[in-house]
Amino acid sequence: MTDATFTGESPKRHGSLTASDVRTKRRNASEKRFRIYGLAAIGAGLFFLVVLLSAIISNGIGAFQQTFIQVPVYLDPATLDKNGNRDPADLAKVSTFGYTPLIQTGLYQLVRDAGIETDYEDAGDMKALISASAAAKVRDWTLAHPDRIGDTVEFEILASSRVDGYLKGRVTRESIAEDRNIDAGHLDLTDALRESGALHKSFNAEFIFGSDASESRAEQAGLGVSMLGSFFMMLVVLFLALPIGVAASIYLEEFASQNKFTDFIEVNISNLAAVPSIVFGILGLAAFIQFAHLPQSAPIVGGLVLTLMTLPTIIISTRASLKAVPPSIRDAALGVGASKMQAVFHHVLPLAMPGILTGTIIGLAQALGETAPLLLIGMVGYIATNYPDGLVSGFMSPNSAMPAQIYEWAKRADPAYYERAWGGIIILLVFLLIMNVIAIVLRRKFERRW
Amino acid sequence: MPVVWLILIVLVLAVLGFIAGRMRVTTAGGARPHSLPNYYGWNVAMKVMVPAFLALVIWLLVQPFVVDSKVTGMIDEAAIPEGSTLGLVMSDVRRVADGLDLAVSRGLMTADSASSIRTESTDVRDLLADAGVALGSNVSPQVLRAAQAYRGMNHTGNLWMTIVVVALALGGLAWAVRETTLEFRARNSVEGGVRILLLAAASIAILTTIGIVLSLIGNTIRFFDLYSAAKFFGSFTWSPSFGGGSELGIWPLLWGTFYISIIALIVAVPIGLFAAVYLSEYAGPKMRAWAKPLLEVLAGIPTIVYGLFALLTVGPLLLTVFGRDGLGWMQAGTAVMTAGVVMGIMLIPFVSSLSDDIINAVPQSLRDGSYGLGATQSETIKQVILPAALPGIVGAILLAASRAIGETMIVVMGAGAAARLSLNPFDAMTTVTAKIVSQLTGDADFASPEALVAFALGMTLFVMTLGLNIFALYIVRKYREQYD
Repeated sequence: MTDATFTGESPKRHGSLTASDVRTKRRNASEKRFRIYGLAAIGAGLFFLVVLLSAIISNGIGAFQQTFIQVPVYLDPATLDKNGNRDPADLAKVSTFGYTPLIQTGLYQLVRDAGIETDYEDAGDMKALISASAAAKVRDWTLAHPDRIGDTVEFEILASSRVDGYLKGRVTRESIAEDRNIDAGHLDLTDALRESGALHKSFNAEFIFGSDASESRAEQAGLGVSMLGSFFMMLVVLFLALPIGVAASIYLEEFASQNKFTDFIEVNISNLAAVPSIVFGILGLAAFIQFAHLPQSAPIVGGLVLTLMTLPTIIISTRASLKAVPPSIRDAALGVGASKMQAVFHHVLPLAMPGILTGTIIGLAQALGETAPLLLIGMVGYIATNYPDGLVSGFMSPNSAMPAQIYEWAKRADPAYYERAWGGIIILLVFLLIMNVIAIVLRRKFERRW
Repeated sequence: MPVVWLILIVLVLAVLGFIAGRMRVTTAGGARPHSLPNYYGWNVAMKVMVPAFLALVIWLLVQPFVVDSKVTGMIDEAAIPEGSTLGLVMSDVRRVADGLDLAVSRGLMTADSASSIRTESTDVRDLLADAGVALGSNVSPQVLRAAQAYRGMNHTGNLWMTIVVVALALGGLAWAVRETTLEFRARNSVEGGVRILLLAAASIAILTTIGIVLSLIGNTIRFFDLYSAAKFFGSFTWSPSFGGGSELGIWPLLWGTFYISIIALIVAVPIGLFAAVYLSEYAGPKMRAWAKPLLEVLAGIPTIVYGLFALLTVGPLLLTVFGRDGLGWMQAGTAVMTAGVVMGIMLIPFVSSLSDDIINAVPQSLRDGSYGLGATQSETIKQVILPAALPGIVGAILLAASRAIGETMIVVMGAGAAARLSLNPFDAMTTVTAKIVSQLTGDADFASPEALVAFALGMTLFVMTLGLNIFALYIVRKYREQYD
């Protein structure tokens, strides 16, 4: 019983109990509104995801296709081999400048033979159609096949990025009005060549496996070399972060006694997990490059920085999977006379392995996509044109990494590079997807519920 | 590569030691050994490797300092040319020394002549150019002498290092083989060693933190030697010019960072929070099973992707609406709004999954009590669950804010480069992180205040994010204790 009495006015009911009154209606409406807000929030999140993914795919898919022109090139002995003895040393003396006119003449002949009418009188006027990289390609082939000099050989030559953009809709007749690299006549020629079948778009493996190119040759640039850079960095991360992370977790989870020092380590790990990645870049710059004089832009430095960055992730997930192994396993091992070390290394660790590997793969995926610290240690701005020729140079010689290369492309002025940046992102995301799928499969397949 | 050879020698000794230690107990016969034979092998191998490698690492770290300080002592103040510093002279010395090494290894000169040539008799610059080392100016006699001393000291240092390391390895081998008897407790010895190794691995986290703090503090102090701290923290202009006379006030950068983070939180917090509430309170298990992972995909996408999205998709899109053809508020695609919105998208899963955990941790009894009083579900959420979860949610938002402050790629690509104090969210502004990148990726000399300022900015960033994280974790922890 209470002494409190209700003195206020109670709401008056009108009509039937089953019909809801105004207040209930209002409350139900607000309930419905609230639900809609929640749904809308999820919808908005998913909408952003869809927009992001569709922007990536629609903008980037074009990078996997490239425009080629099939040009019959007459390998003129008069310019390529003046002495007529097919001596490789003499052949190598002819630079790409010697080959350029041959290709241009070939293209001119091709246009003539196809019966295409054009205002261009001179072979050199058509050079806007072909990539500046063509001469190097023809030269390399000729040096490898010196016996074919004097023949007419059909080459699959990259079209220039403007022509490629025209076929992909990026370059239009309006947009080239002030472009000095190409004019409307070239586009007419492109259309005609396309009808004759000499100019076509096809899959471009060079984009995936090739190397970066200079700013003016967007059509030639590829991601392959920087992919290797990323690969070497991931090797460093894997071989340092996994053992160190596992050892640290074993210590903290199985051996550490509860004291100030252990607490200090734990605080450090949780703080490192939240330190902005750019700060790790500063650490890499100051400690590895300024102090230890390791080479700038080298994958080894990038790998070390990413190792320090990934360690907390790996430690946290490894500790979770060690914790998930029930104590009965340890007790049984200790009971039959194993030492604590043996119990951990022979029994607990193998059982925790799937979880550890899953965490490691996710940590690696995170490291693979990380860009900011790489900017500071000089992996951007470096044009990675050569494949590393061995393990040592793979680790020590300057290279780029996939995300750094994408950033580099996005910074360049030519819009043709934007398409390549998006395309690079597709490749990067495919790698991340594969790694995450492996992690999920590992977890599903080997995870034991105790 | 003497160091590689040294490592190989030690490794070979370790393998020999392993075999020797094992053999000693397996061939001894008679009584049973205390431990399994492999432990005896490992014990020897461990005692060969650990002291030798430890000495090697310490030697490699210490030697450059000792040599540097001795060589620096040889160069007197008067010899430093006008406009140069001791550091520059020392790097000249190092380059000359490396050049001499290269020349010797290419057979351009003998080792003796490398340490005895004088600038008076030989043109060292030409000689080194032949070896492929280009020098900016002629080598002064003092630099050459310092370089020769530098080479000499390094040479003797390396020799002594080899001797000490090999001696330690052999000593360890002899000692460990001697102590290998049947009664020796090899397992305990090996396990003690492994334990120390594990502890060392765990201590790397501490070393990393110390490394971060030292590299930030050291360079920040050098920066404040060159540029007054009062101006850095007091000036409202940021205009670095590598020719000198730059103004490096931090406020425009802090304002840009703050503004972009606020916009990001305005996007991320309502969406993330409502999504978390819906997923934990309304959604059935089926919907949870697909909606939650899909939202979390947003968190797994690398920031470079968001940066590109801001630069090439969101920026142009905003420009068509707010740009010159639309409302006329925006000059270019890169702006506070662009970076803020995209960063907000990135933070949605961060806010939603953290808040989801926190909302799920609110005990069911609170909900049941509220339903029992006749409250609708939304009333329960608004008046019971959210207040109960509030500290945790605040913690989650603070963590998200710390992420926003430290985010780099999105602002580098989406926010522009102009440092200005403006209220218009459609203006280009810049942040602390973006300026760290731009000051350190240029061609600036590391010793100039324009490059060193990046370390002071990094220090500011580190302190800010660390403070936010500690505060956030404190709030989250305090909240968790209430219901456990």
